[in-house]
Amino acid sequence: MEHYNMNLTLKVWRQKNKNDQGKFETLQAKNISSEMSFLEMFDVVNEELINEGKDPIAFDHDCREGICGMCSMHINGRAHGPWDGTTTCQLHMRAFKDGDTITVEPWRAGAFPVVKDLTVDRSAFDRIIEAGGYISVNTGNAQDANCIPVDKTKADLAFAAAACIGCGACVAACKNSSAMLFVSAKVSQLALLPQGHPEKHSRALNMVAQMDKEGFGSCTNTGACEAECPKEISLTNIARLNREFIGAGLSSEK
Amino acid sequence: MLDSKIPKGSLNSKWEDYKGHCKLVNPANKRSLEVIVVGTGLAGASAAASLGELGYKVKAFCFQDSPRRAHSIAAQGGINAAKNYQNDGDSVFRLFYDTVKGGDYRAREANVHRLAEVSGNIIDQCVAQGVPFAREYGGLLSNRSFGGTQVQRTFYAAGQTGQQLLLGAYSALERQVALGNVKMYNRHEMLDIVKIDGKARGIIARNLINGELERHFGHAVLICSGGYGNVFFLSTNAMGSNVTAAWKATKNGAYFANPCFTQIHPTCIPVSGDHQSKLTLMSESLRNDGRIWVPKKQNDTRKAGDIPEEERDYYLERRYPAFGNLVPRDVASRAAKERCDAGYGVGTSKQAVFLDFAAAIERYGNIEVGKRQMSNVSKEEIIKLGKEVVAEKYGNLFDMYAKITGENPYETPMRIYPAVHYTMGGLWVDYELGTTVPGLYSLGEANFSDHGANRLGASALMQGLADGYFVIPYTVGNYLADEIRTKAIPTDHPAFVEAEKKVRDTINKFFAIKGTKSVDFYHKKLGKIMWDKCGMARNEQGLKEAIQEIKALRAEFWSNVRVPGEANEFNPELEKAGRVADFLELGELMCLDALNRRESCGGHFREESQTEDGEAKRDDENFSYVAAWEYKGEGQYELHKEPLVFEECKPTQRSYK
Repeated sequence: MEHYNMNLTLKVWRQKNKNDQGKFETLQAKNISSEMSFLEMFDVVNEELINEGKDPIAFDHDCREGICGMCSMHINGRAHGPWDGTTTCQLHMRAFKDGDTITVEPWRAGAFPVVKDLTVDRSAFDRIIEAGGYISVNTGNAQDANCIPVDKTKADLAFAAAACIGCGACVAACKNSSAMLFVSAKVSQLALLPQGHPEKHSRALNMVAQMDKEGFGSCTNTGACEAECPKEISLTNIARLNREFIGAGLSSEK
Repeated sequence: MLDSKIPKGSLNSKWEDYKGHCKLVNPANKRSLEVIVVGTGLAGASAAASLGELGYKVKAFCFQDSPRRAHSIAAQGGINAAKNYQNDGDSVFRLFYDTVKGGDYRAREANVHRLAEVSGNIIDQCVAQGVPFAREYGGLLSNRSFGGTQVQRTFYAAGQTGQQLLLGAYSALERQVALGNVKMYNRHEMLDIVKIDGKARGIIARNLINGELERHFGHAVLICSGGYGNVFFLSTNAMGSNVTAAWKATKNGAYFANPCFTQIHPTCIPVSGDHQSKLTLMSESLRNDGRIWVPKKQNDTRKAGDIPEEERDYYLERRYPAFGNLVPRDVASRAAKERCDAGYGVGTSKQAVFLDFAAAIERYGNIEVGKRQMSNVSKEEIIKLGKEVVAEKYGNLFDMYAKITGENPYETPMRIYPAVHYTMGGLWVDYELGTTVPGLYSLGEANFSDHGANRLGASALMQGLADGYFVIPYTVGNYLADEIRTKAIPTDHPAFVEAEKKVRDTINKFFAIKGTKSVDFYHKKLGKIMWDKCGMARNEQGLKEAIQEIKALRAEFWSNVRVPGEANEFNPELEKAGRVADFLELGELMCLDALNRRESCGGHFREESQTEDGEAKRDDENFSYVAAWEYKGEGQYELHKEPLVFEECKPTQRSYK
């Protein structure tokens, strides 16, 4: 792989706290190696800002290997930037070339208020899980694991849905700021497994109700969520959620 | 004298006896007993969920924006359990024995045996929660092998096992939040322990959003804050992983055990430049199918594909025919370092070896051809089928490798090199997971207990969940049964006031320095000292130098660090400053411990103590003990020894040949 260095212009969203109005700030990133990750480029810029006595850019990040779901930058109009199926932390600078201007914003959604700069508050996702994203089994209640055989095809589909990292890119990419892909991934995972069956109706109803309460928008089947999802969670999960939801509504005894 | 509180009786019956005789708390009393859990990884989340289910009032804290992001999520390969589903001779005893041996006879037998006993329950619990483990076509669970064992006992979910287990524990935790049994404090960092009359009674936490310091009371405090590998700056840990909670416990009287026991993982993506912020692991599971090699010729600059078979040195298979590429991590790491130091390394930096899947791809391709009863199949077709199988097993890891390096590992071998991954050392705990401070417990990687001097692959997830789901609910109850008469202590108690003031003073001190260098500048410097002198190989002179260098660096940090922004706002630089300040103290203790332990064992390799063929040489006569260090003021520690007694596993020179 050929390496090269580049100079970039960054237009970064700066916002002191959730009450501040916020604005774009233009910064220069010099001598950036194509081998750096996108966040390492931010490390370099921040180091420079600190040395100049300025306030560094606040952004969320933790594992830097694409699994914790903490990083959350909207880069050049795309959630997690130009590479498909990739989180911001796994995006590398060879995606850009010398002289590029890169615009970086936080997730934009009413249900994800900005904390500072590029950091947003995604606690709404935790509350959706609290509404039913689990199987009600206390520690110590389990039978032997192999007593529940699971059709491999369904197990694989459940795993594919469970790969969601809860980053919120689906919400940020959606013109309606809908959280349907996130909700459907959890509902699908548990609906596909026999262990999840006893609660499948209440789960679908309660999680969707909580999603609405948090202020996420409705789904219009545009598919932007699937296109931008770093874990490539399939849109068919939303179809499954809709089936589960309608089925639950028709059969609910409450 | 350290009392490890190991129950009497045979190894097989200790845990049963303990459970049968420990004190219980009735449901009405549980409702008024409060437990603080710091950290929400596998250990913390499972503990918080299980204690919530029992009816205790639990408060859980994590510095991330959600408990689901704790670094357990990044564990890739799998979780061990003695289920013997493969009928290949596995048993509780074998898992116990492999773990003690793999740890190079520096772990406590009773704890390890209990771990092996509950391992099966963990798998049952996780499946019941809906964790989508890999399955065979018959619908039953699939297993694979990991290093240091000769059976297949590792359960997995592709290369995302940690993620799936953590999400299982996280959903159990969120369920308890919804039920009102657990109160969750996201984006909060514990900055001190509050002790009253010698017992842990609460914590001071900083709300990371607005910077406010909060006082929280608890009848007991559980430290589940993970390991301290980030003392090296570059490691496979998440950027935020830190020692702060465990270190504050140490400064409040909890002993810190075996700090020098660090695991260097053999298969990580090599460093590419000075900008590097972290290292990425390529799961040990890859060694099931990948073959590790270097060219037989020094400084060979040919591409991997241009080097013919007979000019390759599969050095692990050559040196360790019995275990081959699946030797334990410490052995594999040192062997890679040996080859690179001797001039056989590959890639531009020459600090890398190849991990090659070509043979596995062809083997799997042929198996598929057989399965599908195909005939007249071209080589290309076989390779294509083989790649599909490999993609199903390791696809996410291969994708990650390609994104980071820009190379396609299906076509060319991966380049890998060892990196800091896990820390076996941690807070000293007794059989009940209690530290030397009454009421203060430690679970998971944050404690030292089960892995000795080297952890086997797929055992960290097992330990975290064993501690949280199946051990602490019994042992903390045994303590809390005597606390039912203790009313919640109001947080205007002088001990809370004083602890908060101490935290506030430290924060103010950071801002007052107004120095010229960033926190990262010092963190990188510390990391380099640690890697060079307290890394894969250590010697007396280097360690002595390191101690002096760290002392000097710490003094410079406290006079010249620059922390921008303010205390009462979201301020990641301030968070980092506090963590690096603690690493600067811990690093010194690690070197001190490494200096004291004049033997090699597991991940701790003292150059002065090796066999003729360069293997680690233990000194059981003088060092068969746990080194537990008591904090006595800055840079001063007193060593306490817990002798290790082996009833079942007779220590021998580990051999994987």
